[in-house]
Amino acid sequence: MSKDVAYSLPGNIREIIIVEESFDPLQIQADYQAKSMGNKTDYGATANFVGTMRDFNEGDDVLSMTLEHYPAMTAKQLNEIVDQAYEKWPIQNTLIVHRVGEIFPAESIVLVTVWSAHRNAAFDGCRFIMEALKHQAPFWKKEALTAGNTRWVAENTKGE
Amino acid sequence: MTIKVLYFASLREEIGRASDQFEFSDDQLASLKVCQLWKHATGQSTLSEQLLVAINQEYKDQHSLVSDGDEVAFFPPVTGG
Repeated sequence: MSKDVAYSLPGNIREIIIVEESFDPLQIQADYQAKSMGNKTDYGATANFVGTMRDFNEGDDVLSMTLEHYPAMTAKQLNEIVDQAYEKWPIQNTLIVHRVGEIFPAESIVLVTVWSAHRNAAFDGCRFIMEALKHQAPFWKKEALTAGNTRWVAENTKGE
Repeated sequence: MTIKVLYFASLREEIGRASDQFEFSDDQLASLKVCQLWKHATGQSTLSEQLLVAINQEYKDQHSLVSDGDEVAFFPPVTGG
């Protein structure tokens, strides 16, 4: 499991984890919360988004996917996105986990968790980070179809 | 004066390699734009508007200037998450 927290601003707490094997999003969130926030009692809202691999795309059955990324830019872009979220909302903590490598249907691709005192910042910050990740973070998916061929996913849909 | 060029995903497969490293003279680098580097690297005269460009892991465009030591990346639209 590789970790990269370069470029983070002091005080804007976050953890960004790129994983090469299957992960349990709620377990990793619980572990991070216990480690990073165990002594805190001032957060009242936790918003989670979990992206999971589907077994269909563009009308075709998908057997597996391979996720590639540009590691140095992934770290830089995700840290900038988290910094922007902190500028927009009173966020207390953030966790991003993203899978790379070969992945199968029903496995988690991404987890974004945002903690704050109240739900608006948690919901809005979580959605902002997720949408920005989809359009800025340099990850690419290659699908292996049940029919036997492979293809690169051309682009992400806007805000769906 | 060295420039590192990276290619990702479908573009890497089309080009047939993941990276290049080029040496330029001071004069060549004085006004080298991303689109000129693309032509030098791939032999293709135009850089598709579909492709994205980053210099030192920050998004730029084909008119951006390249400097000594830069890492320039070309890649298709991102599809993470």
